[in-house]
Amino acid sequence: MALFLPRSASLSLLRMFATTALLGGLALSARAEDPLKAGFIYIGPTGDHGWTYAHDQGRKAAEAKFAGKVSTSFIENVPETADSERVIRDLAQKGTKVIFATSFGYMNQMEKVAKAYPNTVFMHATGYKTSKNMGTYDVRTYEGAYLLGVVAGKMSKTGKLGVVASIPIPEVIRNIDAFTIGARSVNPNITTRAIWVNSWFDPGKEREAALAMIAQGCDVLMQNTDSPAVVQAALEKGVMAFGWDSDMSKFGGKAHLAASVLNWSVIYETVLGDVLANKWKTTSYWWGVKEGAVNIEDFGPATPPEVKKLAEERRDAIKAGKLHPFSGPLKDQSGKELVAAGKTLDDGFLHGMNVYVEGVEGAIPK
Amino acid sequence: MHLLEPRAEPSRTLQWAAPPLAILLMLLAGSVLFLLLGRDPLEAFRVFFIQPLESGYGWSELLLKAGPLILIAEGLAIGFRARIYNIGAEGQLIFGAVCAGGVAIYAQGHEGSWTLPLMVLAGGLGGMFWGAIPALLKTRFNAEETLTTLMLTYVANFLLSWLVHIPWRDPQGMNFPQSVMFSDAELFTPLFEGSRVNTSIFMAVVAVLVFWLLVKRSFLAFRLEVGGQAPTAARYAGFSAQATVWVSLCVSGLTAGLAGVGEVAGPIGQLNLNLSPGYGYAAIIVAYLGRLHPLGIVLSGLLMALLYLGGEAAQMSLQLPAAITGLFQGMLLFFLLGADAFIENRFRFLRRAA
Repeated sequence: MALFLPRSASLSLLRMFATTALLGGLALSARAEDPLKAGFIYIGPTGDHGWTYAHDQGRKAAEAKFAGKVSTSFIENVPETADSERVIRDLAQKGTKVIFATSFGYMNQMEKVAKAYPNTVFMHATGYKTSKNMGTYDVRTYEGAYLLGVVAGKMSKTGKLGVVASIPIPEVIRNIDAFTIGARSVNPNITTRAIWVNSWFDPGKEREAALAMIAQGCDVLMQNTDSPAVVQAALEKGVMAFGWDSDMSKFGGKAHLAASVLNWSVIYETVLGDVLANKWKTTSYWWGVKEGAVNIEDFGPATPPEVKKLAEERRDAIKAGKLHPFSGPLKDQSGKELVAAGKTLDDGFLHGMNVYVEGVEGAIPK
Repeated sequence: MHLLEPRAEPSRTLQWAAPPLAILLMLLAGSVLFLLLGRDPLEAFRVFFIQPLESGYGWSELLLKAGPLILIAEGLAIGFRARIYNIGAEGQLIFGAVCAGGVAIYAQGHEGSWTLPLMVLAGGLGGMFWGAIPALLKTRFNAEETLTTLMLTYVANFLLSWLVHIPWRDPQGMNFPQSVMFSDAELFTPLFEGSRVNTSIFMAVVAVLVFWLLVKRSFLAFRLEVGGQAPTAARYAGFSAQATVWVSLCVSGLTAGLAGVGEVAGPIGQLNLNLSPGYGYAAIIVAYLGRLHPLGIVLSGLLMALLYLGGEAAQMSLQLPAAITGLFQGMLLFFLLGADAFIENRFRFLRRAA
């Protein structure tokens, strides 16, 4: 059967292609005076005003810092399908020396390309696979979620919080948990529910989910998706919401209580600086408030000064290492103890987080 | 009041001229678009249509993308000729991929030369089964297949999502929704070192040959067409409209399922939530652009694949927005349908009664 032709037969068929591919594969080695080329692969549009926007701000900041020494380019709206492998490979092929892929679904594709281009540095955001020339990086977004939770707990009148959630991976579950823990630290009666839209960027669905939760009585919303649709819906319906990943006050107006802002530039500048200095080695960055990678900012007019002050105190406590959102005693949704008093959940557990904590209603979608 | 009235005999020459005409119009409209974006259209077209094919790797990627599109479109064309509109090839692809993936996951640890053929068999039968459900609903309950096939796509997607979240989740995968990676014995062999295009492309080749023979040489194709277009006439001639429904949906399900195997046992190498970049939907355009003809589909499949690659190249080299690919695909279909409308109909000039 033709499907299982011996390899030699098909080989001769495509020898011509193979030869040209090989020639094309010999990437031109960069001359010393050429700036270092860094490429960024984005899941959404740079104008999403959320996740991708934050990465793009980080890219620009890093390029400005290393002006003349680093030149950057980006490709937006790259689907997490097998197609992303071609995009990553094309970048490597064109002599890009450092490639940042900014979503989890690029992991296996990037791993494959990394094997084929051992002299290129590959950095994958939010994943867990590393190799000699592939590292990972992420922001402790849960610290921002916790701080937003503190504000939400103070501000909510109904005691019901809502989260518009994207895809049920550990990162998002962790953020729902941290948000709930933060809120319950100031109001133990708070409950949270989540609606999953199964997409990172789908303003239509994000809006629908927000409206559904407002109808159920949620008066403070958070979102782990990439657009400002939730903030806009909150403004329209007279409830409260937050900026996520970036400041969203221009969309949320008086509904915008605060924003958890990601500052990827601290990571991008470190990585590019290491590569320029020829001292890059495989690293898994997981940076948070302490390193300046996430912060609660852009408080809106509806947030009273004392609530702002409380949130900033908590932030400073996290920064000083005195506070960890996931410290015991902490119970899961069913009332079973997750961690005992005086201890905190370790990074290993947090990386694979797949339980809701006490106070979150509903089940993680299966 | 209709502005168009059917022509007694649409020109066959024009019917075949419509796709090149549509491509020409797409290029013209594209030039306007590029000019509006402040780009040199010639340069943009060079990046869009030539640059992706300037390397051997580019050609291999073209085949990688064209393979599943052609395979699915060949199967869909059989049904479309009989006016059975399977809109859910995407779901049949996913279900086929799930079946093949199941084999791969359970075979791990004792896989051998039998594993991949069994995956192909499971995937093909799986896709066929997913197509057979709407066939049953149509023949038994007269449920419109355009709706049932489309809705079953969502069911397939949720099934996949459940499987990779719970029973088939990679235990070492940090709770991310994805299966283990398949082993080499569970993957199609690359056609040459460093390429992603692999032996699964021969499934598309076989499909083209089979459907070409079927259309050219067999009475079955004729029966299918009559059965779909004129059920009563078909019944007089002793053909069954029911059989037409079953054959159309099962065959298109089969090819979509096989395309699913090609993806999971090819460039993806595992089950995850991003199995298909919408091949099942794009193949509908491919089938119509290829005039539902087995060889026409090969050309349209290659063109469609080139549009994907060109869109990426335009983004990378010219920093044009990613939406450009969708725009070109949409314009192509729009102009083709427009051309068809004028080939099959003519203007009726309205005269006011004096």
